[in-house]
Amino acid sequence: MTDDLRPSDEPSTNIDPAIDVEVEAEALGRVPDASAQDGRTASLWGDAWRQLRRRPVFVISATIIVILVIISLWPGLFATHDPRDCNLIDSLLLPSSEHWFGTDLQGCDYYSRTLYGTRVSITIGIVVVFFITLIAIIGGSIAGYYGRAVDSIIGRITDIWFVIPTILGGIVILSLVRTRGITTVSLVLIVLGWATLLRLVRSSVLAVKANDYVEAARAMGASNFRIIVRHILPNALAPVIIVSAINVGVIIAAEAALSFLGVGLQLPAISWGLMISVAQQRIISAPHLLLFPGAFLSVTVFSFILMGDALRDALDPKLR
Amino acid sequence: MTETIARSDKLAGRPIDPNAPFLEVRDLNVEFRIEDGIVRAVNGLSYTLGQGETLAILGESGSGKSVSAQAVMGILDTPPGFVTAGTVKFRGVDLLAKNKKGTFDHVVPEVRGSRIAMVFQDALTALNPVFTVGWQLGEMLRKHRGYSKKDAKEGAIELMERVKIPSARERVNSYPHEFSGGMRQRVMIAMALSLDPDVLIADEPTTALDVTVQAQIMELLSELQAETGTGLILITHDLAVVAEVADRVVVMYAGMRMEVGEIQAVYHRPSHPYTLGLMKSLARHDMHVERLTPIAGSPPDLLHIPTGCPFHPRCPYAKDICSTEIPSLDAVGGGHASACHFWQEVQIEI
Repeated sequence: MTDDLRPSDEPSTNIDPAIDVEVEAEALGRVPDASAQDGRTASLWGDAWRQLRRRPVFVISATIIVILVIISLWPGLFATHDPRDCNLIDSLLLPSSEHWFGTDLQGCDYYSRTLYGTRVSITIGIVVVFFITLIAIIGGSIAGYYGRAVDSIIGRITDIWFVIPTILGGIVILSLVRTRGITTVSLVLIVLGWATLLRLVRSSVLAVKANDYVEAARAMGASNFRIIVRHILPNALAPVIIVSAINVGVIIAAEAALSFLGVGLQLPAISWGLMISVAQQRIISAPHLLLFPGAFLSVTVFSFILMGDALRDALDPKLR
Repeated sequence: MTETIARSDKLAGRPIDPNAPFLEVRDLNVEFRIEDGIVRAVNGLSYTLGQGETLAILGESGSGKSVSAQAVMGILDTPPGFVTAGTVKFRGVDLLAKNKKGTFDHVVPEVRGSRIAMVFQDALTALNPVFTVGWQLGEMLRKHRGYSKKDAKEGAIELMERVKIPSARERVNSYPHEFSGGMRQRVMIAMALSLDPDVLIADEPTTALDVTVQAQIMELLSELQAETGTGLILITHDLAVVAEVADRVVVMYAGMRMEVGEIQAVYHRPSHPYTLGLMKSLARHDMHVERLTPIAGSPPDLLHIPTGCPFHPRCPYAKDICSTEIPSLDAVGGGHASACHFWQEVQIEI
């Protein structure tokens, strides 16, 4: 069902009326009840959660993501060395019991550096996707709900943004900046990345807006803001959650690509993209320099994409 | 909600007239301005609804019956829909005001929900699928009445008991899709009644239901109305469904009134070919009919409403005058009025 993921101007008809975790948690929290306590939740999110728990794809990807997040929060817990305490005598050692992933040209412990690199990737991935999703939800709901002139204006801006390819745009913008840290790179990826998701939110909101319960809410005296937040978004967010999960992987790869191309993060920052970039010059003599950050990057991106797939299967009732 | 809530005697800063009818619609005109032209959905609709009264608005799809209700509630999609003429008064308070563009805006959104509430045709689609019914009922009380979460839940259970949902306490945490069609419609009615509205508009409340359930829902509506003194507007295409419950009926065609009057008078002595056609096309128990006869032709193209009487192209009684002159709504005796040049001939046939 790739239809769900394709941003489209037509309101997709198979938007699943499932719901994001927060809203549901709040709803259940407000009415603590016997049925929820005996585990008989029949909400669509509840159904999806039961589906997910049984899916190996979800369990595997979720486990990997949780481990990566823990590593990125407390890399010191797992690292065997200080990633910046390097000894040139140990330059370019192959993996050993002392240095599990070997050492790099500067003699730094490569295992510790790879772990610290997780922090940059996960931070950029999550922060960028958080803001992209926020922009998309706000802009997309306004465009989809109010329609007409507002929709046209937001729609045309989105169209223009579509023309800019993320990586190429990133190269152009970032090459103008002299010092580039996590904030700069994140900002550029946010600025370049929101358009697709905004379109998705818009079309999803359009589809949900046509439902009778939206008109009913209006007839019961609900304000526009309340209608959007309480009645439309909980029913429109399923495809957004799916695409956002996949987007985390895509953004992490984009950061690595920009850093690899020399316009992303700069030394002495520790990032998988930078490590791969340095490693390519010694791919024959020291292949481990490419192998480890490359493997971490691939597994991370792959996990988020798998997670998106699992969510899509669980949130689309037609695939059950 | 058995306690009576002290109501302000003002609405949007304007005094409520205690002697005025609950709802008074005069010469309402609604049109949709689309690319192909102007769709005239409602053309000069008038009616009055008093306390405890039930008015049926009868017509085929596209006759403007739902659109007129949307205009009264102020939930018309504008654009393309515009109220171009008429007044709507709720207990003496004008709900519509002319704007600079010459159309009318609904200026008293406060009436929605708390004063005028609406029951929709299909409760499955009219209830939000991701929240429990208790939460949705409680939300009304929390938002409009400032109830606490706990009180709102108790209020929701009380409302569900009021519309006779069995074991309400257990079912308050169920989701809309876990209810049967009839029970869902009861939830919808409970939600509409949650704020003790003065007027309840039910838009085809039983169309999506089984015949046996239809009767139960109609019974419930009239019981609740007797209890609360609410003014009830029943929008329907089936006269038989509302015949027992309604006091008066407005028969609409192409957004115009074809026949108005006491329901029993209209039911037993239809005086307009369209009313007669509607009745002949539906099965009824007290009239032995060999076969049902559909009304010939198709509903009017509202972009090009026929001149004269809008029903004349489909009317078996039509003569030349019908295509040139709009018949006036004249009393035909026995408590009703018909907009037909040849109503005597129609009455003879019955």
